Amino acid sequence: MFLWFHKLGSPPHFYRIAGRWIPWLLAIFAVLLLSGLYGGLFVAPPDYQQGESYRIIFIHVPSAWMSLFIYVVMAFCGVVVLVWRMKLAEVVLISSAPIGASFTFLALATGSLWGKPMWGTWWVWDARLTSELILLFLYLGVIGLHNAIDDKRIASRAVAILAIVGVVNIPIIHYSVEWWHSLHQGPTVTKFDKPSIHLSMLIPLLLMALAFKVYYVLTLFQSSRAELLKRERNSKWVEELSRGQ
Amino acid sequence: MNRLSLTQAFIFLLRRDLTLVLRNRGEFANPLLFFILVITLFPLAIGAIPELLARIAPGIIWVAALLAAMLSLDSIFRSDFEDGSLEQLLLSAHPMAVLVLAKVCAHWLVTGLPLLIMAPILAEMLGMAEEAQGILFITILLGTPVLSLIGSIGVALTIGLRKGGIILSLLVLPLYVPVLIFAASAIDGASAGFEVTKQINMLLAFLFLALSLSPWATASALRMSMS
Amino acid sequence: MSDTALLKIHDLSCIRDDRVLFEHLSLSVDGGQMLLVEGRNGSGKTSLLRILTGLKLADAGDIFWQGQSITQLGADYYEAVCYVGHHDGVKRELTCLENLRLVQAMGKPAAIELDDALEQVNLYRYGDTPVGNLSAGQKRRLALARLLVTESKLWILDEPFTSLDKKSMANFQALFEQHMAMQGLVVMTSHHDIVIPGPNLKRLDLSA
Repeated sequence: MFLWFHKLGSPPHFYRIAGRWIPWLLAIFAVLLLSGLYGGLFVAPPDYQQGESYRIIFIHVPSAWMSLFIYVVMAFCGVVVLVWRMKLAEVVLISSAPIGASFTFLALATGSLWGKPMWGTWWVWDARLTSELILLFLYLGVIGLHNAIDDKRIASRAVAILAIVGVVNIPIIHYSVEWWHSLHQGPTVTKFDKPSIHLSMLIPLLLMALAFKVYYVLTLFQSSRAELLKRERNSKWVEELSRGQ
Repeated sequence: MNRLSLTQAFIFLLRRDLTLVLRNRGEFANPLLFFILVITLFPLAIGAIPELLARIAPGIIWVAALLAAMLSLDSIFRSDFEDGSLEQLLLSAHPMAVLVLAKVCAHWLVTGLPLLIMAPILAEMLGMAEEAQGILFITILLGTPVLSLIGSIGVALTIGLRKGGIILSLLVLPLYVPVLIFAASAIDGASAGFEVTKQINMLLAFLFLALSLSPWATASALRMSMS
Repeated sequence: MSDTALLKIHDLSCIRDDRVLFEHLSLSVDGGQMLLVEGRNGSGKTSLLRILTGLKLADAGDIFWQGQSITQLGADYYEAVCYVGHHDGVKRELTCLENLRLVQAMGKPAAIELDDALEQVNLYRYGDTPVGNLSAGQKRRLALARLLVTESKLWILDEPFTSLDKKSMANFQALFEQHMAMQGLVVMTSHHDIVIPGPNLKRLDLSA
């Protein structure tokens, strides 16, 4: 197990494996996305209260899930970076940040789009939207800090510490915002609190969530490969690679 | 001779930092002045309507405290970083986290404590309800150390950067949100005559959490920044 | 390479940006020896010294102190090391004595009167003078006094003679020899000539 881990951790090995996986991931992603969208847009019945506009949840909810998931992945990589100084974890950590930020932004944008027909405004200080907004700032902080430090090995360790601090704080922030919301807004029904979700909605939702996960891995592989080449540009394997082509 | 015990080293460094501030008085007043100035701007901007001011006073005071704390953060490590004392501290035989804690304590005594003394006066100026002022005092007492502790992580991460200031606010302000929420809401609740034990307990929990975790994060961030 | 050496550098590499500063560097320094690191500007002298202090991480390789890796030793290693870098690491607002007291508080104090230490670096009458009032050379001497007031075996010095006059340089060289005579180690860089007799001086040229 450890050996496998160690082998995957070596940059040239990861570069090759990831390259081999990308076309397959692309195919899986396409299948999941199309079936999820089909299920969500055509099969699932319209909501009895919100009509057709609720269908944005098939984008919104998976993005919100991904935004949290990716941050947790980053914090996990942060631990690996600090404890084992694994180069691959550094690359995965920093390549994940823009993807996570994009998902967070997508969750915010779709939430706001959804808000217009629901509440008549583009933005409400809803607990989840507010948490997402703060999460977006956390992501931007990670990206900003990484860009600001010239030495990328040091930058990776800085970002690792920040990601870990962030992940300790996310539940606290989330809980605080939720509490703040309940205090100021009174008992409004939040949009996710459906008593039970119908199976014909749940299946496309899960399909979309899976599609987003695969998409994350796919883009992660692509940008990690690029980042690896950039960082290892002086190493022997990159030299061999560029000569071979 | 033996080396100092951990407590002695802590007190030694704390006293050194306070001595430095005493011999360098400018640092002392700036965050406090900023705090007062920001609060003065609000009545000027939204009009001196007593009910309105009293209503938003908790928010104003806490946002101002947050900004003042953030503005003062840089001074925790700046001079030590520039004259090489920081690398000597990192090479100290004592655990860096304890030394960091001493420095953050000194920083709070210099920048947080004055806010604590000034806040009741400002609360009076904004017309905050009498019964809320005690709670305001408690929230500042419990909340501002958390701001210094969390902030020290941010400074430690950005100390070596040329344009660290803007990044610092991006790193630190989102992490300040929970303190802001519970502190402002405690004062709010108290002025409306509600029970606010829950908010105070939460602030207390934040303080203990920050006290126990942030010095370690700051110490490792400093090590990273100095390498 | 003897296995009993106090300080051992094993297969050390340092890469900055894209440049390899040094690679596969292995050597050992024993008690009573001095390692003089030479090389042109930017050849990695300061980096090597900072890696030796443990402030900076090497890109590859290990450093062993008394047979143990310094990353595992942590604070026990710092207690054995005294480092004077480019910065003096003294506070300009504090007096000379206050600065030395701080040094002692943060490390393992040596059994020496602080006044004696000041005398040895020719700052005897300056004990209560704020460092801000000292000249650059006096400040440097105060920074080096840190070596005398703590009990550390390994001295790591980055250009210790910057802004010192000839007389002070000779004075400090004598102190280094004293330290080596008591089985201490000195690792240093210097643009100035060092006259340490015989086999106790090792030279490492990083530009080679």
